Amino acid sequence: MSELLDIAVAATKRALELGATGAECTIAEGEEFSASVRMREVENLKQAGSRGAGIRVLVDNLTGSSRTSDLSSQGIETMVRGALDLARITTPDPHAGLPDQADLGKFQGDLGLYDDSISRMETEWKIAQAMKGEEVALAADARITNSEGASFDSYLGSRVFANSLGFAGEYRTSSCGLSVVPVAKQNGSMERDYWSSSARKASGLESPEEVGRRAAERALRRLNPRKVPTQKVPVIFEPRTARNLLGDLFDAVNGGAIYRHASFLAGKLGEKIASETLTIIDDATMPGLFGSSPFDDEGIASRRTVVIERGVLKSYLLNTYTARKLGLKTTANASRGLAGSAGVGPGNFYIEAGSRSEKDLIAGVRQGLYVTELIGASANTVTGDYSSGAAGLWIENGELAYPVSEITIAGNLKQMLMNLEQVGSNLEFRSSIASPALLIGEMTISGQ
Amino acid sequence: MGLSPSFFAAKFGITERDLEGYLSEALSAGGDYADLYFEYLSTSSIGIDEGIVKSASESVTLGVGIRVIAGERTGYAYSDDLSPEKIRKAARVAALIAHGPATIVKTGFEESLKHNLYPMLKAPHEVGLAERVDLVKRADAAARAYDNRVFQVIANYADSVREVLMASSDGRLSFDRQPMARMGVAALAREVDGVPQQGYSGGGGRVTLDFFLNEKTPEHFAKEAARQAIVQLSAVDAPAGESVVVLGPGWPGILLHEAVGHGLEADFNRKGVSAFSGRIGQQVASPLCTVIDDGTIGSRRGSLNVDDEGVPTQKNVLIENGILRGYLQDTLSARLLKSASTGSGRRESYQHIPMPRMTNTYMLAGQSDPEEIIRSVPKGIYCATFGGGQVDITSGNFVFQATESYLIENGKLTRPVKGATLIGNGPEALKYVSMVGHDLQLDEGIGVCGKEGQSVPVGVGIPTVKIDKMTVGGTAA
Repeated sequence: MSELLDIAVAATKRALELGATGAECTIAEGEEFSASVRMREVENLKQAGSRGAGIRVLVDNLTGSSRTSDLSSQGIETMVRGALDLARITTPDPHAGLPDQADLGKFQGDLGLYDDSISRMETEWKIAQAMKGEEVALAADARITNSEGASFDSYLGSRVFANSLGFAGEYRTSSCGLSVVPVAKQNGSMERDYWSSSARKASGLESPEEVGRRAAERALRRLNPRKVPTQKVPVIFEPRTARNLLGDLFDAVNGGAIYRHASFLAGKLGEKIASETLTIIDDATMPGLFGSSPFDDEGIASRRTVVIERGVLKSYLLNTYTARKLGLKTTANASRGLAGSAGVGPGNFYIEAGSRSEKDLIAGVRQGLYVTELIGASANTVTGDYSSGAAGLWIENGELAYPVSEITIAGNLKQMLMNLEQVGSNLEFRSSIASPALLIGEMTISGQ
Repeated sequence: MGLSPSFFAAKFGITERDLEGYLSEALSAGGDYADLYFEYLSTSSIGIDEGIVKSASESVTLGVGIRVIAGERTGYAYSDDLSPEKIRKAARVAALIAHGPATIVKTGFEESLKHNLYPMLKAPHEVGLAERVDLVKRADAAARAYDNRVFQVIANYADSVREVLMASSDGRLSFDRQPMARMGVAALAREVDGVPQQGYSGGGGRVTLDFFLNEKTPEHFAKEAARQAIVQLSAVDAPAGESVVVLGPGWPGILLHEAVGHGLEADFNRKGVSAFSGRIGQQVASPLCTVIDDGTIGSRRGSLNVDDEGVPTQKNVLIENGILRGYLQDTLSARLLKSASTGSGRRESYQHIPMPRMTNTYMLAGQSDPEEIIRSVPKGIYCATFGGGQVDITSGNFVFQATESYLIENGKLTRPVKGATLIGNGPEALKYVSMVGHDLQLDEGIGVCGKEGQSVPVGVGIPTVKIDKMTVGGTAA
């Protein structure tokens, strides 16, 4: 057991000595590094480590929590006492409490969340990756005249969790990422875009050449955009924007929104709420991915949950509290920072890939929009109303024809789910939420 | 006041000699400039949900950020441990950006001038926890009492005090004690067996708990949240396409924050990546528009006595009668552009590198009567309240999300419409401003601005404004 885990276990014991009936303690420690370059020069270099602890205590059905960055025994004592004082001013909540003992546990097996080679990366090498990525983008085309820069980041962290029911667990994570943001200019039109790659393992990163090339390609294809007339057309979300839309769906299956009746999917368990092309999974046990972990932030073993299967809503995503409110079982989706009661967060929340390529999806659209950027997307989880600024490429007769911008797309998630006509085959896990391209039969485009 | 009676000297025994030592360590490999930012932040928050005070929490975070600048390059490191060895270690890491002989640090500090914008009568830790409980309970009761169709209420109250100490290698020393408090209420309402609708209201500023007892009460925010939820029960689909848009006073000032504010931050302009780059002196808005960024308004959420680089904040004119006048500068951009800092260097915490940011951004009042503005519109949309917004500073395209709007038909507000995104282009949108009301209002104090992963509190304000053409992202034909 590590020193941090010892501290966490001791903190929960101390809380019981001081009168708590239950306690859970999280401690996280991390080292961050980031190098950014711009126009072939180093711009920022940042490096530091930090740690912090948080505790949540229960006094019967009362809850209080506090956090500190002081892990000395005196700092922990202050934190525990602070949480107890706070618990005494709250009101009893019959559903508050620690998880059922029987639910506690850890996923067995190597999840590949930590790669030690990241700790051995030389600073010079990391800077060189960012330099190379930007250079490739700058050299890609004469119209790439400027750059907002490129950056290489890495992170090494560990997280420990203990509760007064005897759960004690810890795991380490690592990640690294490269991002390039070129600026293209032509005839008074200026556009930027980016491409980035990140992974838990160094070997999972795309090469700087690939990242730079794709970033340049994306910025260039946005030049000289048009504003199309207001109309209703089919819309294809590329994976990057589809992921954003899927994030809005996550909010709608979050148990916290369900028990408050603050989701348009509340009360719809077992009903057909989407077209048969849609299957959504949440799985925190996929090796090497950003949404994986051996246990959730309450000490429940990670698992795979089918959320929507061929259009039918199969499960909400729940932590212990929201599960109790709804008379269901937790799905091991508890998520929190250091302190506070757990919320609900995704594991790897993704849409199962379809069989057709994105090119095929585009080929099937006579007139429509291929969305490459959402600006200020706003989904009302309560009603499903959806409206967002957008930029992308106009589809004409099955081909990407010209860039469009300064338009909005709008609809209602309920109808958008039913109108989901095709799911692409291009599923890639670039973050804990992942989607292939999606073709929605009709949305309203506002333009001229 | 000098260093000796200050918070960090008293609590951690930090002396001027220590500060000089850390700065020397930071410049031990050369560089033009170094600075230290010590921060001690204590926060508390409490929430009520379903009528139950489900959560109460508090936290203390502290640390020091150390920056070394060499030309356009910045080295940065921080430590959450204020022991001398750990600070020195962080200083040596920040120093890695430079390669050369040590730069000599000026000895002796001069304390920066600063405003006194938020005197604190009673610090948050002197106020009993029970008083905080009372605030959220009052909000819960008031929202439910507003209308029996309100069925869910969440209310939160949070306050914090941030103690900061800043010292730079050119001899500047600053201290500040920055309070912040905020209350927010969300309400859900529905007709019997109907579809729920939501409303939200919140506010605060660089104030303490007594503000919510005397000035803006929990009932004020609760009623507003409940009212918005009830209004939405009868909302029709928002129109799609170009329309005349009238913005109500106050929070709709987020238009200025997105349309022009970000595009005028000096880092983007120094790099030539903003749609406003190289346009000083040009007409970028209608002559009716004068836009200010002012960090010196008493008790406002975006205000600061000194910015996060120790420079006193000021009132900066961004656009004067439609002409672009100036950018928002931090010390780095000012140095590189051979200009002066405008007191706009801000950061989220000691873990972050400062950059040019807005404070409180607003448009000066005009001449028109707000009612006359609405009467002048045969067909259009009136936006009373917004959610958030976002901008792509390079293309200049920005959006903001209307959460409470009404159709204007024949000069009258008629039906409420559902939420919709509005989109425009920064250097173009304000050219279509054709009337500006005499009713300038600042927002209630809930703004959070995000840039490159850093969040800072900001304020906005605007009078009633008529924009002849803007694209509204609804679904109705």
